[in-house]
Amino acid sequence: MLTYIVRRLLYSIPVLIAASFIIFTFVSISSDPLAFLRMQPGVSFDTIDLIAERKHLNDPIPVRYVHWVKEAVTDQFGTTTLGNRPIWPDLTRVMKNTAQLIIAAELIAIFLAILIGVYSAVRQYSAFDYSATTFSFLGLATPNFWLALMLQVLVVNILEKYNIRLFYVSGLSSVDPGEGFRFVLDRAQHLALPVFVLATASIASYSRFMRASMLEVINSDYVRTARAKGLNERKVIMRHAFRNALIPLVTLIALGFGGLFGGAIVTETVFSLDGMGFYFIQAIGEGDPYPVMAWLMITATLIIVFNLIADIVYGILDPRVRYD
Amino acid sequence: MTESKQFEEQQPQRPSAGGMAPTPTYGGVAQHSGPIADIGEPTELALTWETGVDLKTRSQWQYALRRFLRHRLAMGSLVVLLGILAVAVFAEQIAPYAFDDIDLENINSPPTTQGNHFFGTDMLGRDYFSRVVFGLRTSVWVALVVALLSTAIGTAIGAISGYFGGWVDNLLMRFTDLILTLPGLAILLVAAVYFGAGDPLRVAIILALLFWTGIARVVRGVFLSLREKEYVEAAKASGSGDTRIILRHMLPNTMGPVIVNATLVVAAAILTEAGLSFLGFGIQPPNPALGKLIADGQSEGLKLWWLVTFPGLVIVAIALAINFIGDGLRDALDPTQRRIRA
Repeated sequence: MLTYIVRRLLYSIPVLIAASFIIFTFVSISSDPLAFLRMQPGVSFDTIDLIAERKHLNDPIPVRYVHWVKEAVTDQFGTTTLGNRPIWPDLTRVMKNTAQLIIAAELIAIFLAILIGVYSAVRQYSAFDYSATTFSFLGLATPNFWLALMLQVLVVNILEKYNIRLFYVSGLSSVDPGEGFRFVLDRAQHLALPVFVLATASIASYSRFMRASMLEVINSDYVRTARAKGLNERKVIMRHAFRNALIPLVTLIALGFGGLFGGAIVTETVFSLDGMGFYFIQAIGEGDPYPVMAWLMITATLIIVFNLIADIVYGILDPRVRYD
Repeated sequence: MTESKQFEEQQPQRPSAGGMAPTPTYGGVAQHSGPIADIGEPTELALTWETGVDLKTRSQWQYALRRFLRHRLAMGSLVVLLGILAVAVFAEQIAPYAFDDIDLENINSPPTTQGNHFFGTDMLGRDYFSRVVFGLRTSVWVALVVALLSTAIGTAIGAISGYFGGWVDNLLMRFTDLILTLPGLAILLVAAVYFGAGDPLRVAIILALLFWTGIARVVRGVFLSLREKEYVEAAKASGSGDTRIILRHMLPNTMGPVIVNATLVVAAAILTEAGLSFLGFGIQPPNPALGKLIADGQSEGLKLWWLVTFPGLVIVAIALAINFIGDGLRDALDPTQRRIRA
């Protein structure tokens, strides 16, 4: 096991390097960080030359890549071209906000999806099973941003008509969020809708997956054996079937978790949450490649790390998997 | 479809009535009294049993078609989807107005049958029903191009990878893995901003460059298993070149999973394109697109609920119908499913 983890870690290194090179080349050849500055009447040619010099923009791409990697490693991705603002503090701030959002959404989604999936499998073809299937097909066909907007429409119109404010439709907290309990309540009112949107999408896919994996286990020989030796149904399901059916779902969630950091772009934009996605949209809007590259690197790293975690978790949970 | 013939001989279903299994005589040779079957096309070959029951052999594709036709949900979805496609094709005939007709006397009107504003109008008095109909055309067109392009790229890469194996396979699959480690939507946004989207064809190409990975993996998997099959060996032994073996012998047998995947890509492409256009990085005005229409509804204030609701409902309807069809196709094309009430 340990040798496997070490080998996977070592294998991740070239993947990460290749990913960084692709990201750098892709963003560099397709953008000109100085284009925006050149259009500003107040910026002199000297200033532009100075920035080009500082960012090594006149060198060929491989040389620039080396400079960029050096800056990323030693100076936390350096600064933006415009305004010379350090990138890392902004990135950590938005990462913390996004983490709050997706961890809340995923915890709710996992809990509900397991309940729905297991119950659908145990009562296959029941009314509950059919409604759960319908719900998840609907969930998979609904664009996140549209669901988010429809909720906003609802909330705004309720506010308009009855003057009741249940939830906020934008931002992370009010101008004056208060302290202690009031702060938590205020944050919850702001995060409720985005969490709901993200959780709905996750529940739709996780519950289908849980149902399928539970059905496979329920129809396997050892579960029949467990029944045959006289265990009551509850124990058969909980002790024997459920625990094994959980393994693929855990792997799936671990695999997808890294991608979620970069995947909430649309939801965060609709709700104007100061998270990763919102930051990214602003960065590409400004046409500055450096924060964009830093963002892509962080997200790619998270995806690679969670892929690794998924493999390791799978090996721990399923004793049949043996790595040589 | 020469390969499909190999299944024909395996599939005559014996009539379960009657205790003893009668031996079949092919083509109605002399010794029976039943109707004489004519020997026409090979796929039409009829088996006549001594019991006098006529049985037809069917190719794998005919079985798949029958299974699909019996899949009620998928067939219903197909009808819905064809209806939607017809609306997209005949947009000019169906829409009561042009999508950019401005009517300042009828602004911000909620849905009404008066003046045929079924989906209401926006703050310029443009008829939203007409805008949705034309937006639908753009979105469907983009999704179909994405499905076509990404299937072509994915099939080619998957086939080469699976057939040749070795370092070619290693290189191509590492590359595919690498693409999968990049955050998809973000890469699309970067590409859209820097290469400039706006035009539907460009948006489609950008989407296709990311969507091929799934199909490549599936095709590679099938090719890896087909490579060891006897008929491929036979083709090799009789001197067929690699191209011929890939195109004539192996590719037709990967069509099942490819068709299912291509169908699901259409749904995914519709949803992704809507997201891109919504964020303002996809299709740009004057081209109408469903995602862009929703964004317009958002910017004009959420109190005009109809502007947001209807384009979204159309997206959900298409994606839902396509997903159901994909599911039905998956069941129908699965050759292990032999439970047909034929």
